Amino acid sequence: MTVKELDALRAKKQQLIDVRRLVREQAEEMAKHTGYRKQVLVCGGTGCTSSHSKQVIEHLEKTMAECDIHDVLVVKTGCFGLCTLGPIMIVYPEGAFYAQMTPEHVETVVKKHLIPGGEIVKELLYQDTVHTDGSITPFAETPFYKKQMRIALRNCGVIAAEDIEEAIAAGDYAAVEKVLTTMSPDDVIKEVLDSGLRGRGGAGFPTGRKWSFAKASAGDVKYVCCNADEGDPGAFMDRSVLEGDPHCVLEAMTIAGYAIGAHQGYIYVRAEYPIAVERLKIAIKQAHEYGLLGKNILDSGFDFDIDIRLGAGAFVCGEETALMTSIEGHRGEPRPRPPFPAVKGLFGKPTILNNVETWANINPIIMKGAKWYSSIGTEKSKGTKVFALGGKITNVGLVEVPMGTTLREIIEEIGGGIPNGKKFKAAQTGGPSGGCIPADLIDTPIDFDNLVAIGSMMGSGGLIVLDEDTCMVDLSKFYLEFTADESCGKCTPCRIGTRRLLDMLTKITEGKGEEGDIEKIEALAEHMKSSSLCALGQSAPNPVLSTLHHFRNEYEDHIKNHHCTAGVCKALLSYTIDKEKCIGCGLCARNCPVSAISKTDYTAPGHKLPSMAIDQTKCIKCGVCQSNCKFKAVERK
Amino acid sequence: MEHCEAKCGTAEQEQALEAVIEASRSTPGCLMHILQEAQAIYGYLPMPVQKKIAEGLGISLSEVYGVATFYSQFSLKPKGKHRISVCLGTACYVKGSDKILEEVEKELGIKCGECTEDGLFSIDSCRCVGACGLAPVMMVGEEVYGKLTPDKVKGILDQYKEASK
Repeated sequence: MTVKELDALRAKKQQLIDVRRLVREQAEEMAKHTGYRKQVLVCGGTGCTSSHSKQVIEHLEKTMAECDIHDVLVVKTGCFGLCTLGPIMIVYPEGAFYAQMTPEHVETVVKKHLIPGGEIVKELLYQDTVHTDGSITPFAETPFYKKQMRIALRNCGVIAAEDIEEAIAAGDYAAVEKVLTTMSPDDVIKEVLDSGLRGRGGAGFPTGRKWSFAKASAGDVKYVCCNADEGDPGAFMDRSVLEGDPHCVLEAMTIAGYAIGAHQGYIYVRAEYPIAVERLKIAIKQAHEYGLLGKNILDSGFDFDIDIRLGAGAFVCGEETALMTSIEGHRGEPRPRPPFPAVKGLFGKPTILNNVETWANINPIIMKGAKWYSSIGTEKSKGTKVFALGGKITNVGLVEVPMGTTLREIIEEIGGGIPNGKKFKAAQTGGPSGGCIPADLIDTPIDFDNLVAIGSMMGSGGLIVLDEDTCMVDLSKFYLEFTADESCGKCTPCRIGTRRLLDMLTKITEGKGEEGDIEKIEALAEHMKSSSLCALGQSAPNPVLSTLHHFRNEYEDHIKNHHCTAGVCKALLSYTIDKEKCIGCGLCARNCPVSAISKTDYTAPGHKLPSMAIDQTKCIKCGVCQSNCKFKAVERK
Repeated sequence: MEHCEAKCGTAEQEQALEAVIEASRSTPGCLMHILQEAQAIYGYLPMPVQKKIAEGLGISLSEVYGVATFYSQFSLKPKGKHRISVCLGTACYVKGSDKILEEVEKELGIKCGECTEDGLFSIDSCRCVGACGLAPVMMVGEEVYGKLTPDKVKGILDQYKEASK
């Protein structure tokens, strides 16, 4: 393909994409030129697919055919971000945002809205888009979307994820065009360097510097790798980019190849992400067909190709040297650094490795310039960050906000607060390598350095919200179980350290903690941090150290008082029946799996039957009695 | 048992495996890919299969075994017809997925990592399938079940039991 052909292709579907991006009135005007009266976008990301969006699409197409509707375009996109309300369906040009669709709902929408002269079905809309007076706000104005700034996710949920022509119309491959026709490799590196972009995979290393090191390394053969081994549980932004806009990653890797002088790229992606893998394969195939990958890209004389390598379920492979060892077909064990990958990486050649979200920022940096990009964010953290909001929060999903947004804005405004009237306790960032931000630091502007300063880290951007029902000791234990399980075993501090930390935490949660245990944990943690081979071991103690720093009293409560503050640790719990509240119905006793509940001699005033009591020696603390009691007479302490 | 040790499954399976080895052997770093394909063919990686791969690639069995045991996706033991995978990722864990796992174990009478005697179900835990919006989730085969509570577990498993009667 030539540059001219690419430009023509971009113009071809431009209006179609514009309808989805303009405000309603302009979109309605634009829609007249597209040949489609309406467009229905259905999310085909993992979240919505798991809530059966496939059936929604099938049903939509079937019902439309039955109703003889042929001028409505159905588009299967990537993630819209609001996963908890899936399956989601947006109708343009109105921008009507339908949530939690079922086949019946689809039928209603087709018959009432999609037919010629149809009206929006208000009762099926995402309720935040409907005012009390019945008027409809664009979804971009709802609390969940209003404060977001979508750079990395710019095309997710906007384009058909399996159609390269839509990707091109939405702006993908414009940057590679600009780079190959007007920029030298040094220009590219300077632009990325000046943008201040830092790696979104965890540590936040300046991307431009990585690229300039690799360019400076001598050698004919170099490699460009994409880390899509998103192993951090609770983080799913990389998956969403791959599912929603895979071409932006291919384009950015090509640009990096040009900048450092590489001709081969590898994407290392988790096998646990079947949809992402499938879309990547389709995208690579299409890019080849359109001449945007392979030999002589856009007639520039530059060759670049990309292969996919599937991971097989090893968290440590998210570490760069382990990832490369794994691509080479070996056990994914990390290697000592130096030599750094930019000097000696994959197959012993100079290599750069960036994660998916980092790659997703390259096109806008090239197109809009370093100056624009560096105007967003904080002094040392530029641009935006995508967070996967999860845990005890109303709007579970994917959000992209400028660096420096406070935790309060993310949780209370965008996230819609904590459900069930519970109290916010802390937010966990950085997964098994990170730590907690307690409630009193909720106004901290989130960027790389602030998070490190309060004992956590950005990590890949998982943001798990915890409420008062979460025990911080139990949570640390959970993370240590994870790292102990995932430690590759190559270096001793990590292999034995994670195991011993886990043993001590288990002991504490079982009520067998002793004076001095906290100090032992702290000492061991320091050793692991200073002497482990890779980031997995070095950061494995972070969840413990961070919770110890902010919630030391909970650890002490477990050890000194044999009491779990949050009422989570089973061994420290007891269930009792309030004899004044108990009406003696016996439902608890009938459901108790170990027959630990029986009648007492006491009948509370106003009740007809004697109250029940739990035999603590028999009780296994399963909680069945409490969930069965309709009178809230069972207490957990 | 002797007989099993020598052979690599059925003739079709063996042929498929040979084709995979032949097609990939010249690609650098192909071992993982071959193991993934082999597991797709056999459902797991029995020792004769590993031996055959080692011979086919001209590498030692210990290297193949080392890789096969390093990654959690590979299994040296047969799995159930319906592979249950309960997510114990953070988002699911804070929403009580440990109780979902307990319920599945109780319902099937086996522990995580085991397979039922009739070969119908096996249970594993996994770390995040990325459907955090639906936490807690579990997968049965490729199907994802979200927003679970322990009392929904029996109904889901019963569907599969019913279907295989």
